[in-house]
Amino acid sequence: MTAQTGEPLLQIDQLHKSFTLPVLQGVHLAVNAGEVCALMGANGAGKSTLSNIICGRLQPTSGDMQLAGKPYAPKSLADAERLGVRMVLQELAPINNLSVGENLCLRDLPSRFGFVQYRQVEQYARQALALVGLQDLDPATPMHRLGIGQKQLVEIATVIARPCRLLILDEPTAALTDPQIEVLFQQIKKLQSRGVAVIYISHRQSDIETIADKVTVLRDGKTVFSQCQQFTTGDDIISHMTGVPVTKQAPFAVRPVGDLFLSLRGITRPPLLNDINLAIYRGEVLGLAGLIGSGRTELLRAIMAADPVPESSAGIMTLAEDNKPYAPRSPVDAVAAGIGMIPEDRQHQALLSALPGSHNITLGQLSDVASFGWIKHHKENQLVRNYQQQLSVQWADPNQPVSQLSGGNQQKIIIARWLLRDCELLLFDEPTRGIDVQTKRLIYTLLDQLAKAGKAIVVVASEWQELTTVCDRIAVLSQGEISGVFNRGQWSERKLMAAACANFLATTDAETTSNHDAIE
Amino acid sequence: MTRLSSLFVKESLGLGAVLLGLVFLFGLLSEHFLTLLTFTTLVNQIPPLLVIAIGMTFVLIIAGIDLSVGSLMALSGATIGLALADWQLPLALCMVLALLVGAFCGTINGMVSAYWAVPSFIVTLGMLEIGRGAAYLVTGSQTKYLGQSVEFIASPLPGLGLSPALIVALVLVIVAHLVLKRSVLGRYLVAIGSNEEAVRLSGINITPIKIIAFAFSGCMAGLAGLFHVGYLASADPNAGIGLELSAIAAVVIGGTSLAGGRGSVVNSFLGVLIIAVLQTGLAQVGASEPTKRVITGLVIVLAVILDAYRHGAQNWLGSMVRLLKPWGRSNQA
Repeated sequence: MTAQTGEPLLQIDQLHKSFTLPVLQGVHLAVNAGEVCALMGANGAGKSTLSNIICGRLQPTSGDMQLAGKPYAPKSLADAERLGVRMVLQELAPINNLSVGENLCLRDLPSRFGFVQYRQVEQYARQALALVGLQDLDPATPMHRLGIGQKQLVEIATVIARPCRLLILDEPTAALTDPQIEVLFQQIKKLQSRGVAVIYISHRQSDIETIADKVTVLRDGKTVFSQCQQFTTGDDIISHMTGVPVTKQAPFAVRPVGDLFLSLRGITRPPLLNDINLAIYRGEVLGLAGLIGSGRTELLRAIMAADPVPESSAGIMTLAEDNKPYAPRSPVDAVAAGIGMIPEDRQHQALLSALPGSHNITLGQLSDVASFGWIKHHKENQLVRNYQQQLSVQWADPNQPVSQLSGGNQQKIIIARWLLRDCELLLFDEPTRGIDVQTKRLIYTLLDQLAKAGKAIVVVASEWQELTTVCDRIAVLSQGEISGVFNRGQWSERKLMAAACANFLATTDAETTSNHDAIE
Repeated sequence: MTRLSSLFVKESLGLGAVLLGLVFLFGLLSEHFLTLLTFTTLVNQIPPLLVIAIGMTFVLIIAGIDLSVGSLMALSGATIGLALADWQLPLALCMVLALLVGAFCGTINGMVSAYWAVPSFIVTLGMLEIGRGAAYLVTGSQTKYLGQSVEFIASPLPGLGLSPALIVALVLVIVAHLVLKRSVLGRYLVAIGSNEEAVRLSGINITPIKIIAFAFSGCMAGLAGLFHVGYLASADPNAGIGLELSAIAAVVIGGTSLAGGRGSVVNSFLGVLIIAVLQTGLAQVGASEPTKRVITGLVIVLAVILDAYRHGAQNWLGSMVRLLKPWGRSNQA
């Protein structure tokens, strides 16, 4: 935007990196001071590897990097930070037992004679939190009390509160709601005006359009496209990412709705859910919308019996087909009733990171591949190969630990685990979080196919666009209550947003609205 | 053949090399080390530690720990003493009883830790005291001499050089290894150690699986008690003090992660052999008991560092560097 003269702040030429296979094979990247450069690419295109190299966590095999005209070859994260290069990681690593304030200052706790100076911590934390619109959050709050969106914001605050020249944000908005994103973007603009360069990794079209000055696309470890944001369109980017021109994604054709599968009456789980009434039908994709903390995830977890049922909870769930009450006490009961859940937090709640993809897929249905308690490897391989092809999972071989795979492939593996079980009702919590456009489309198509096959599907998503693309009906939650149910054709983003904020606006004291004041 | 080799050999190559190196080293240092006599003595004294290490591998893989095995071994031995000498029960029944006592205490460990979510460290620490106390109660704190009726268990068979105890232990190594690598139960154990919450949310009932691991470890301690009674020809309530730590050391040398999710029974076997070779070799070289302990300790730590290095050199080195660095620069920034 400004100061385009002279050389770029960060200049990367012919960067190569190989693990066992080459991952980066000739990446070019130039970012000017005060510029937001969007970095895009499909799963496994090399975005994470590239950003890890820039922030010093990995070293390139060969290639040239220059920072402000000087050779730049950081040996560690600390090395890069000393030169003003900082990164917000996609996978969060907060220390849950410490307070928000301590997490914010962790790298550099103010101390005197080895004792932490808590007043300074608090002061610093308040300033840092204000940067990301969390000025109402008490720095003494333990980290584990925060929702995933707030954790993400704290993580961002940790990084941007310190002076830096180059900031790398990896999917910063994946867990955020629209008002929170708004605040984040204001901060990015502020940093930009101070001459900070930003590398912004995201799959969200809307983010890119709002914030980026330049778009750079990686494919198969090479830079294939780099241009001013104003002159690019979404389809441009996608065709460069995939290497083939694409057609626009249309909402799915209307499917006939089937029989009632599960009905919820008066489901109450204090303090997060209050008097939820909902009917879940076969052949229908039901969306659950709402702000972070509105109780969407909790509702899914209540159906799945993922948490112990608290006292003073109420309500009845009924499996309509046998007219049987459904009162699960653990996920074992849920699975027995034909219900499955793909959780939001892949790393902690779904993946066996150190284990092979094949083990991850067959985990839930080992009885299919075993006889008398012994696993038949040819059977397992056969089954795994089928699902790998059906979902086009990309791995070097089925024995590769899933931690080495991209987020999209990991998600496909978790979905395969549940497809293998042939559930009647599948609960998807943020199924496309941190996933590239191609995999997103694949998942959308899969949801459509499952519904067509007569399964009942429930999807929680923060992106309105995602919900309006895949859902037949959207129920909006606000502060643990259902504040609106819309059928296809009745909804608009405005209506959905109004419903999502319904209970917040009803209690219009400054305390609760300040976090959401970006709503018209 | 290739499948067999991938199942048993591949990941054990490093440890096998260390073991051979030690044998070679002691062979150079002591002229008596590379003899048949040393070999039979050495291998016939490992069965108690070996079977306990097998059970411990299962428990460590689910990210648990079992500190009670030494005490349970003594309790099982004491039970044999009581049943054989005082009650005059047939030996076969006494053996079954020994295994049952171990398995019962192990099951309690598992149930308390699984149902009430008490860390297994605490539960088995309690069982360590309870088991030891019970062993003293059962024997009246006296060593009971049992004589020839049990000696055959740990004596080398003529012509073969291996004792029945060792043969049973070796068969158990193979079976347990296969269970861990090839069975549904083994798959679940590794999965629970890798990410317990993910397995639970997948709708798998993890409680019985965890209990089985602890029950198996207890049962193996019971079997070790039986072997030890045979070895001493008597039931000693002081048997196996501190043995849980030797077992954990052997298993960890074998590359099983204390954080769970990774481990192999064959490697634990090699870990046991490494410890045994060190003990015997150092003794033959003339090292004093204190020196032996210092060297054994160093080997344990070295083995674990090597293993950590093998499993992700960069991460490990990086985290060491990061651990050391921040203190030096905390006031600069």
